[in-house]
Amino acid sequence: MNKPEKKGNRRDFIFTASYTVGAIGIGATLWPLIDQMNPDTSVKALASTEVDISQIEPGKSVTVLWRGKPVFIKRRTQEEIVEAQSVNLKELPHPEKDQDRAKKPEWLVMLGICTHLGCVPLSDKGEYNGWFCPCHGSHYDTSGRIRKGPAPTNMEIPKYTFIDDNTIKIG
Amino acid sequence: MSENYVPSSKFGKWFNDRLPLLTLSKHLTDYPTPKNLNYWWTFGGILTFCLISQIITGIVLGMHYVAHADMAFNSIEHIMRDVNYGWLIRYIHSNGASMFFLAVYIHIFRSLFYGSYRSPREIIWILGMLIYLLMMATAFMGYVLPWGQMSFWGATVITNLFSAIPLVGESITTWLWGGYSVDNPTLTRFFSLHYLFPFLILGLVVLHIWALHVPGNNNPIGIDIKKPSKDTVPFHPYITIKDLFALLIFMIIFSGFIFFAPNILGHSDNYIEANPLVTPKHIVPEWYLLPFYAILRAVPDKLGGVVLMLGSIFILLALPWLDSSKVRSTVFRPLYKKFFWLLVIDVLALGYVGAMPAEGIYLLIARVGTIYYFAHFLIVLPLLSRIEKTEPVPLSISEPVLGGMLKPEMARIDRENV
Repeated sequence: MNKPEKKGNRRDFIFTASYTVGAIGIGATLWPLIDQMNPDTSVKALASTEVDISQIEPGKSVTVLWRGKPVFIKRRTQEEIVEAQSVNLKELPHPEKDQDRAKKPEWLVMLGICTHLGCVPLSDKGEYNGWFCPCHGSHYDTSGRIRKGPAPTNMEIPKYTFIDDNTIKIG
Repeated sequence: MSENYVPSSKFGKWFNDRLPLLTLSKHLTDYPTPKNLNYWWTFGGILTFCLISQIITGIVLGMHYVAHADMAFNSIEHIMRDVNYGWLIRYIHSNGASMFFLAVYIHIFRSLFYGSYRSPREIIWILGMLIYLLMMATAFMGYVLPWGQMSFWGATVITNLFSAIPLVGESITTWLWGGYSVDNPTLTRFFSLHYLFPFLILGLVVLHIWALHVPGNNNPIGIDIKKPSKDTVPFHPYITIKDLFALLIFMIIFSGFIFFAPNILGHSDNYIEANPLVTPKHIVPEWYLLPFYAILRAVPDKLGGVVLMLGSIFILLALPWLDSSKVRSTVFRPLYKKFFWLLVIDVLALGYVGAMPAEGIYLLIARVGTIYYFAHFLIVLPLLSRIEKTEPVPLSISEPVLGGMLKPEMARIDRENV
């Protein structure tokens, strides 16, 4: 008992070791309880959708459900393409070239979800002839880029590929 | 006093020596209460009634409701049309949520006015705020269960608030949803938690009342009193009967909603089944969340809006330390009284513009209202509590009561006469 606090004695070692094992044990028990809330395998399995686009007229769009979210597939008119491509990037809150957003200029494929709080924007509305979100007033242009309002970023482009001229695979 | 209480019957004594429930019940009946409590003090009892009523009707609804995205909406209509008295029980539950919030807002503003959050009652206040937070979470999840359009899009907007968190926001949102959007996994977990939370609230209510019984009730003139004394009355029968009377009035208003206007506080869009492809033209939360919704939309930045909205609630936790006035009750704070009512008007105005589209004059009002809300707690209250000249406070409750009114001048004249 002469110098008890100078160096950890054997009992301190036992305490520290027990706490450590206990903490690891609690952590290992908690993780399954937390992770069970993440998307399950059946949800992940619905990861891709194929869409027939042959019936879409220029200027029209279809909305399909992918992973529970709406995806807009829009066949843009020549004016809309020109409008989207001729914008000065410096004017954009989230600068992205239209060429980087649409694999073929005629087809715009994007998640129809406002990047503010997740509402579905209305098409052919708003001050930039693109989309307008009725929830909190975000305006998007013909390339789905945010131009005005509270949304922080452009509408997201999902992974997609053209299987042939008439079919798009999303996901 | 109840600590030395000995039950009269032999069995009572035997039982009480092993589990002092009778001592507890004696403490609750004898509990010395300030004799000048007004009707604003009856909302604690009313809130207890609301909680029990919600739990009972909720358990019954849970017997008929089906928590599945394909069946939830129809199961609500099944409750409304087929289940015996299902319509009544559901209307009590849905309107009960509104009445619960109405009562809790009165309860909170009563505490603000009479300084009930001040030392030594900080823990009561903080427990109360935690109850309020849990109430909002419970109400929000409950509103999702009917799986109507407002349910679905309300859930989408509120869960998306978490996506504003830098770096981990998206992962948290996906984790909350159990998918990539609000869907069946979201509905089932909300049902599970909606069933759990009221019992957590009940536990916090027990702590809230326990913490209250340590210093005892605050009172309209906000002074410390001796207990028991001339200034107190026993809880039973004086306060129980007053609480019951107030509860009866409250239940008449409650019944008015249930039987004559059961849907007036709801939104008609929620009678359309949830559709992930179409957002309703105008999304609004339930009325009791509107002031916070107005603050969220007042800020033109996503993260900023979320931070301010949460801040507007969490700022209340610091309230006991923001106010350093020497007197508790606003009755004796002539200048602060004006700002208190300004805050009430401010919150009502925020609630009004929260229900309106976020544009033009409404947006302007929301911004001014948001600024005042924060200025009230961060500037006006700390500053005023230091510089305001307060009116003289009576020495005891009996003084102003015997003087015939709550005016401090009367109290002083009385003291000189004695």
